[in-house]
Amino acid sequence: MGKKLLIHNDKVPGIATLEVYRQHGGYASVEKALKTMTPPEVLEEVKKSGLRGRGGAGFPTGMKWSFLARPEGVERYLVCNADESEPGTFKDRYLMEVIPHLLIEGMITSSYALGAKTSYIYIRGEYFYVARILEKALDEAYAAGLLGKNILGSDFSHDCYVQVGGGAYICGEETALLESLEGKRGNPRIKPPFPAIAGVWGCPTVVNNVETIATVCPIIMMGGDEYAKIGIGRSTGTKLISASGHINKPGVYEIELGLPVEEFIYSEEYCGGIINGRKLKAVVAGGSSVPILPAELILKNDKGEPRLMSYESLSEGGFATGTMLGSGGFIVYDETTSIVKNLYTFARFYHHESCGQCSPCREGTGWMEKILHRIVEGHGKPSDIDLLWDIQRKIEGNTICPLGDAAAWPVASAIRHFRAEFEEYINHPEKIKDVKHYYSVHQLAGA
Amino acid sequence: MAKVTIDGHTIEVPDGTTILQAARMLVDKNPEVDAKIAPPTMCYYSKLKTSGGYCRTCIVKVTKGSEKDPRPMPKPVASCRTNVMDGMEVVNITSPELLEARKGVVEFLLINHPLDCPICDQAGECHLQDLGYEHGLAKTRYDFSRRTFAQIDIGPYIKLHMTRCIMCFRCIKVADQITNNRFQGMLFRGDASEISTYIEKAIDNDFSGNVIDVCPVGALTDRTWRFKSRVWFTKPMDAHRNCTKCSGKVAIWMKGNEVLRVTSRKDQWGEAIDWICNDCRFEKKDAKDWVIEKPSHISRHSVISQNHYENLAQLKLDIGKQQKQIASKK
Ligand SMILES: Cc1cc2nc3c(=O)[nH]c(=O)nc-3n(C[C@H](O)[C@H](O)[C@H](O)COP(=O)(O)O)c2cc1C
Ligand code: SF4
Ligand code: SF4
Ligand code: FES
Repeated sequence: MGKKLLIHNDKVPGIATLEVYRQHGGYASVEKALKTMTPPEVLEEVKKSGLRGRGGAGFPTGMKWSFLARPEGVERYLVCNADESEPGTFKDRYLMEVIPHLLIEGMITSSYALGAKTSYIYIRGEYFYVARILEKALDEAYAAGLLGKNILGSDFSHDCYVQVGGGAYICGEETALLESLEGKRGNPRIKPPFPAIAGVWGCPTVVNNVETIATVCPIIMMGGDEYAKIGIGRSTGTKLISASGHINKPGVYEIELGLPVEEFIYSEEYCGGIINGRKLKAVVAGGSSVPILPAELILKNDKGEPRLMSYESLSEGGFATGTMLGSGGFIVYDETTSIVKNLYTFARFYHHESCGQCSPCREGTGWMEKILHRIVEGHGKPSDIDLLWDIQRKIEGNTICPLGDAAAWPVASAIRHFRAEFEEYINHPEKIKDVKHYYSVHQLAGA
Repeated sequence: MAKVTIDGHTIEVPDGTTILQAARMLVDKNPEVDAKIAPPTMCYYSKLKTSGGYCRTCIVKVTKGSEKDPRPMPKPVASCRTNVMDGMEVVNITSPELLEARKGVVEFLLINHPLDCPICDQAGECHLQDLGYEHGLAKTRYDFSRRTFAQIDIGPYIKLHMTRCIMCFRCIKVADQITNNRFQGMLFRGDASEISTYIEKAIDNDFSGNVIDVCPVGALTDRTWRFKSRVWFTKPMDAHRNCTKCSGKVAIWMKGNEVLRVTSRKDQWGEAIDWICNDCRFEKKDAKDWVIEKPSHISRHSVISQNHYENLAQLKLDIGKQQKQIASKK
């Protein structure tokens, strides 16, 4: 059994209630931090832990916290990013739904370290029922003196609010989130200034993912050095992985970083292998935005070494042969999958979610979707593949926020690794109406 | 002060200057420097706070971050929203790679544009036209239907032709910053976004007409001037009058003795020098209303200063060449 620090108690009946949660050691990090540590000491432990942001970019959390501006007399804020809209990612929902107090505990401990009197949990609109669960947990925490004035008799006071979003992927981008939180249209801000200097209400703000904040609790309890011993290299600790697709046991798994990808897919402890004993075709390892990799490259890197579930190992080989851990949205495709159709679905998503502020993303995402639609419908042109390649290349790196990149990478990687499949669609449109066709297509590309 | 080098030309500028402003200063101060080293802008407007950053036409490459941290920046940056650092080195027109990326941006701006220049009032003074002419492809690679919207009258003076809009946000910032009541903004998302007024409520304000001047394309046009004349058949004159609401310093566009329209005066970067009020703009169409100073300065490159197509022969040749090229590609 791999090490579990976050959801080891997920099957305990009543763990969503404060009473049961506390019986299982809940809120110990708040007690420990508030009663025995100074805020800089808490920050120091997080730094030592090597924790990296679990929202997608993997930025070291301790470093992010130390960048927070601390001018005299200006409020600071902690904002939890619970917008979780990346296709293939559903770990934050699981955590908040099953153990809501873990997030709230993390919010209090982290806010103490940051000196934030107020924090917000910004949750996507579709998770309305989860927001209700969180609000109930907040009420319990207030009633128990864990929130509000003078928490546990200390001189630290803190208020935490849940804010429900309207359900837009772009509001997961941290500055769009802040705009939305302020009640405005959720458009990403042009940076600089970064949130650490001017975030919500123009005040210094830290934005962290749900899982990042929850992980602060075990870090404070075990100490940063101990935490850093878990995992591999600079990928310390455990990570929640949302596993979906053609696997026997889809679900949320907590893994120790460094677990071999092969073990994750095939072992009974995790995904339990591919459904119906079929062959693995491809994997999107970190949510829809990261490059898709064919079976051979996800199981082993370009040097033939086993690929591990870690930030470094997954990105080994750059985008030519590697990918990213991203948010941990692990989507598995078996040999019956049409990569082209899958890409069309992704492209539709990014087109729909582009905020429209900057020209390359606003116009390019729609254009790519239209071309892919035509290919999927059997009307593709031979020049379409190169055109798609050129469009994604001109979006990538030329936009205000990374949604443009997120829309470009899936297109680039699908063409890079599965070009033959696109050609098959374009050169043999007559086969597209034929269901069996998909088999011939994937065999061609898989060979 | 910070020293910055753009396409090999060095200038010292105050801290907090953007790369774009530095490039414009370079051009302003050194007549021998190619004006094109100042990147083209479609959304930035020096007189509007928080403008810029959206269209991405002004991108440049920073090949050296600063003296202290010489690392190059990994991606192209919007020059209108990136401040210079001491020792920074920037490439614009000397980088083929960057020009290729800009070409991509221009293509994106054009794919959903109707290209209805022959019936558009803005033709001849349209920034997108100029941009497309300099950076665009002769033939579009976009073969899908383009997005269209119904035309809307925003009050008695202004026509919104959303189909032509490139979402530069300038009009929204004018409404926000110049007029005292904003009823206008952006609705919807992505390529379905549109500029709109609150339930088509008229922008009813003394300075609302300035949205026409800031609009880089023909999306916001002057209803009192629509279809009166092609702009290059009119003569712009600097003129003024005593106005209680604005400076009264305008450009009047004349055909014979008739005043066909009134606009703000523009600087060499195509930006309004003074905001003007709606009285001056829409209600004073009699030459007697104005004290005429002198012909307005119009950039030599503009079709307006060509006025009568002096280079007609060359133009015909060019068009013939282009048509042949297109025919041979078909
Ligand atoms: C389009 C887009 C969507 C994003 N969605 C999310 C999200 O749903 N949840 C999240 O935690 N981070 C999301 N991010 C990343 C955030 O911008 C930010 O980096 C993150 O919340 C930082 O938290 P961390 O350091 O704890 O990872 C998104 C980024 C982009 C560009
Ligand atoms: S990249 Fe896309 S989502 Fe991000 S700001 Fe630009 S248009 Fe909006
Ligand atoms: S209407 Fe004109 S000024 Fe307004 S956003 Fe569109 S292009 Fe810009
Ligand atoms: S002018 Fe700089 S991004 Fe538009």
